[in-house]
Amino acid sequence: MARGVELFLRTMIARAYPRIIGATRERSWLFFETVMPLLSTAAYVFFYRAINAPKEYIGLVVVGGAMTAYWLNVLWSMSSQLYWDKDAGNLALYIAAPGSMMAILLGMAAGGLIMTTTRAAIIILGGWLLFGVEFSLAYWALLMLAFAITMAALYGMGMLFASLFLLFGREAWHISNLLQEPIYLLSGFYFPVSQLPLWITAAASIVPLTLGLDAMRQLLFPSNPTFGFLGVDVEIAALLALAVLFIGASRFALAYMERLAMREGRLTERRR
Amino acid sequence: MSEAARSFRVATWLGWQIESNWADPFLFLVYSIVKPVTSVMILVVMYWVITRTDTSGAYFAYMYLGNTAYIYVGSILVGVSWAIIDDREHYQTLKYIYISPIWIYFYLLGRGMARFLTGTLSVAITMAFGLLALKLSIRLAEVNWLYFAASMILGLASMAVMGLLLGGATLQMARHYWSVGESVAGALYLVCGAIFPLDSLPGWLRPVGMALPLTYWLESLRRSLLGSEASKGISPSLAQFSDGQLLLILLVSTLIMAAGSIYFFRWSEHQAREKGLIDMTTHY
Repeated sequence: MARGVELFLRTMIARAYPRIIGATRERSWLFFETVMPLLSTAAYVFFYRAINAPKEYIGLVVVGGAMTAYWLNVLWSMSSQLYWDKDAGNLALYIAAPGSMMAILLGMAAGGLIMTTTRAAIIILGGWLLFGVEFSLAYWALLMLAFAITMAALYGMGMLFASLFLLFGREAWHISNLLQEPIYLLSGFYFPVSQLPLWITAAASIVPLTLGLDAMRQLLFPSNPTFGFLGVDVEIAALLALAVLFIGASRFALAYMERLAMREGRLTERRR
Repeated sequence: MSEAARSFRVATWLGWQIESNWADPFLFLVYSIVKPVTSVMILVVMYWVITRTDTSGAYFAYMYLGNTAYIYVGSILVGVSWAIIDDREHYQTLKYIYISPIWIYFYLLGRGMARFLTGTLSVAITMAFGLLALKLSIRLAEVNWLYFAASMILGLASMAVMGLLLGGATLQMARHYWSVGESVAGALYLVCGAIFPLDSLPGWLRPVGMALPLTYWLESLRRSLLGSEASKGISPSLAQFSDGQLLLILLVSTLIMAAGSIYFFRWSEHQAREKGLIDMTTHY
């Protein structure tokens, strides 16, 4: 048991290592991955200003813009990463090695978190300094809890996606691309999700960021009652359920897809 | 010259194949519809949440047109910079391109052209959605088509040379810069008045927008489709320029940028050869 845990952790650290080292080798990513996305988020801020939106909406956009970093990380550095790894010939090595695929995926996530969290933090900081967004920290403990559970559910979903992407060829890139803007829309990254029709919001709640963003916004901007889709406690409970569901499902899906990919000879295929 | 034309033609064909043949035509069509429509719907919902008004007003059309036309910016900038990463690290063919009788500058322009074609599909779908579903205030009979064509030709040329600038930079970057095209396109989205007039920007940021050819392209495009007066009324800082002046500024700034892009691309190429980056594969 102890040896299994040690192997899991060592695998995770080993997969996180090249990403962390990679990030420190070419530091100019700090510009392209932080300043540029901040400017992109600022465009939505100025759009809201141009149509005379209440100031809480500026904060709403800043939080949404920051959270795009995590969605992009899950899509590109986790879900479709196995496709890239397959292409580079690493996937077969992962399968042949004694470590678990879940540890490898968690390592990817942990390694990517430096860039992702830096990007999110710069957007939040930029929102505060440049646009004077006032975040309420009255419920900071609940905010941390909501963020942590959202991340657990989101990365669980990423692991589940990764298992599906094991079977994909060139379409993996396009599927990831396709999952960007529609999720920005359905999860309400730039507007309160409660403004969408109920059935759309209910369906979109399967993406953890929908409820996670809504809960965090309610906690950060308690003075604006229009932001909430459900109560924060309900949203946290639902996120917890999603986290358990996705992490549990990804464990089975990874094992199943790995077997299927072995049977169909897809682990080393390079459909270009 | 024939080598440049052949490089461009072959790269366009190759780029189109890469962009479109990953799925059956039906799935490709769904992909082509869903992505641009949801992208523009984000702004539509933002606009509606605040104004609660209908979408037939001039300001809405101003915003919608800018956002729709901006699809080209994303497509072409991302297309050219991504072609470098794709060919170098995914297909691992960049080194073979360099030892082939191909003019790389025109090869990359061709790859950008392929993205322009897929972008055109997205733009057409988004415009059709705007006209039919959102009742945009554009009267097709009153559109100044000649001015529209001139604006599009110059605008696309400016995007192509900007793409090459970015392509040159990408030659020297590792693969974790896969998003460099999107990042730059996202940043330019702020300063070129794509979804709000430049007048909404702080005074210190406005000159940046005024220095970009994209700003003049979007404004001239809007004037051709919405009418000069409607567009001037929304964007006073650009109202000082006549329709002809806009095109002239667009032409001159594109020529300057083209000269800069040739110089920068050659320098980047030299750097990449010196450092052995042409066949680099990075995998984090």
